[in-house]
Amino acid sequence: MITEALVLSAMIFVLGTFGVLVRRNAIIMFLCIELQLNAVNLAFIAFSRLMGIDGQVFVFFVMTVAAAEAAVGLAIIISVFRHYETVNVDRFKLLRW
Amino acid sequence: MIEVLFYVFAAVALGGALGVVWAKSPVGSLLFMVATLGSLAGIFVLLEAHFLAAIQVIVYAGAIMVLFLFVIMLLNLGHDYQRDLKGGAFALLSFVVVGLMAGVLARQVGRDSIPELAAGGQAIDAALEQHGVVGAIAQPLYTTYVVPFEITGILLLVAIVGALVLAKKGS
Repeated sequence: MITEALVLSAMIFVLGTFGVLVRRNAIIMFLCIELQLNAVNLAFIAFSRLMGIDGQVFVFFVMTVAAAEAAVGLAIIISVFRHYETVNVDRFKLLRW
Repeated sequence: MIEVLFYVFAAVALGGALGVVWAKSPVGSLLFMVATLGSLAGIFVLLEAHFLAAIQVIVYAGAIMVLFLFVIMLLNLGHDYQRDLKGGAFALLSFVVVGLMAGVLARQVGRDSIPELAAGGQAIDAALEQHGVVGAIAQPLYTTYVVPFEITGILLLVAIVGALVLAKKGS
């Protein structure tokens, strides 16, 4: 079951990456990043069956950092929305060349 | 039985992940994400990470997803139904990049079969037996990893202050 869990983790990570690259809505890109974090969590827990409990402690830290990142990222999205009236990342042109 | 449950949860998780990428509305994406998180929590239970499964449901599906939902409602994006996929060459390029990544990951995972019950699994089972579900993860968290744990607390405080300052009106 560990191998299957690792395969599932790889699949979810790839789907999350594809979502980040392809979607334009900033909130959905953010959700896809959460998807990637969850895939990594699954890989950590699968490997903790091989290496010991440290993997589960790492998942704990990943979850807290994900919560902090969600709070700050959504605040940034809110303040960008106040400026541009949209969350479509194609419209954010200030730092583009 | 456990194998069957694993495949059911895995199918729901993959379907939910596909739904997150393809759903038109942000709220739909969010609900698919909750399905993925729930079935991942089930897989965590099957891999003997009971405490993390509970945290996954309470913190991730409960708190973080509700935060996303708040922001979608606050910005009034709930009826944003047009497709927003990037078209043409960029989608092709990202498909190729992601395909290459999937290939590399598949090669690494499939390199050699992994023994089902290694030393780490036995250690976890012993810790679960000795300290209970919460104690098994609390033991290393409060001894070996106590400094990262405290730093995580500071990080959360900084995140709260930062989110307040960023989202404040007129900043």
